[in-house]
Amino acid sequence: MIIGGPALTKYNDRSLKDLTTAPASAPSSPGALVHIKTLTASSSSTLSFVNGASSVVLDNTYPIYRFEFINMHPANDTQEFQFNMSADSGSNYNVTKTTTYFRTYHNEADSSATLLYRTGNDLAQSTNFQMLADGVGNGNDECCSGTLHLFNPSDTTFTKYFTSRISAYENNNGIRDNYCAGYGNTTSAVDAIQFKFGSGNIDAGTIKLYGIKDA
Amino acid sequence: MAIKVAVNRALTAITALPTAAALTDGNLTLLTTATASSSATLDFTSNINSTYDSYVFKFIDMHPATNDVTFGFQADTGTNTSYNQTLTTTFFQARHAEAGTSSSLAYTTNRDHAQGSGFQTLIYDVGNGNDENCSGELHLFQPSSATFVKHFMSRASNYGQANEAADCFAAGYFNTTTALTRVRFKMSSGNTDAGTIKMYGVGPKQS
Repeated sequence: MIIGGPALTKYNDRSLKDLTTAPASAPSSPGALVHIKTLTASSSSTLSFVNGASSVVLDNTYPIYRFEFINMHPANDTQEFQFNMSADSGSNYNVTKTTTYFRTYHNEADSSATLLYRTGNDLAQSTNFQMLADGVGNGNDECCSGTLHLFNPSDTTFTKYFTSRISAYENNNGIRDNYCAGYGNTTSAVDAIQFKFGSGNIDAGTIKLYGIKDA
Repeated sequence: MAIKVAVNRALTAITALPTAAALTDGNLTLLTTATASSSATLDFTSNINSTYDSYVFKFIDMHPATNDVTFGFQADTGTNTSYNQTLTTTFFQARHAEAGTSSSLAYTTNRDHAQGSGFQTLIYDVGNGNDENCSGELHLFQPSSATFVKHFMSRASNYGQANEAADCFAAGYFNTTTALTRVRFKMSSGNTDAGTIKMYGVGPKQS
């Protein structure tokens, strides 16, 4: 030891190699897509992402949020997979929405193939849940998968846009490619999102929430 | 022995990350890049497993050797090389000619599958003019599932052989509960003269 000198600090040459999380001041991840939270259904009535709860971030940290749905499987047959927004941290999922909805359909029997706007699936200034896929089957191998993008939910000036696309194995053994888009007609910050099926539980499935960085 | 003084700004000043695999969690992780060079097929035969629960393929400037061909894909299980899994799919597109004389939005019945086992069209009418090509993205959900069918969704943009823009949307499912382990892309006739396909794992590692 050197008397009066600086304390010696021993290097650990494995310290950087063994990092499993990035230092706070470094780019938190090398890509623009940042995983925030994964919720896995197990006979769940709803799956909710509430800003500030259970490590969920849904505020002005990111300008765009992406939800990824993987093999959402309803307990009941012929179900609508739905979502709604909340402006009060999940106390109420009832944001007013105006939306559009169209989809393609093709059955395994090859007797029907269509591209249609679905007037019964959209909303006009309604606080109801918005369906993202309809007719989802509950057969053992039936499910739906897709994505939803939510734009700038924390904004207090503009409406809150979303777009979604979901591929669904429907109850009559066919594919539905569902496209939904619209806006939450509120200038309040949206800080929670809830997903569910029209009736019955979400028997199985995973929803992943990502933030998309703008820089 | 020379004394090495630790700089306590060493970690806070890091601006580039170490290459430790764990640090790529939570992102779009590039797994494989396949570059065409007069290639009959472009095959992804590894890294498709339970590590990620969804995968994205980005195909960039796919240029066929032959004019007016279809660019498509199929999948297979295990180490099989038949690429003939059962599919039920939909396909629709928007088109607009450079001449401004025609535009359309329509379902395209002869590009879908009803329990078929052929290649799924991602885009068609691809031209082989020097500057003609197609680009787009294919998203495959949980190919390793042993319980559910395997959903996919794609969108691709094309400079068509008739000098028109096409925006093509395919979606559907591989109707199997066996894990998919490999994916093949190819033109319907002739080689893929040039182009790049990148396969990414989406999100945090699952295993």
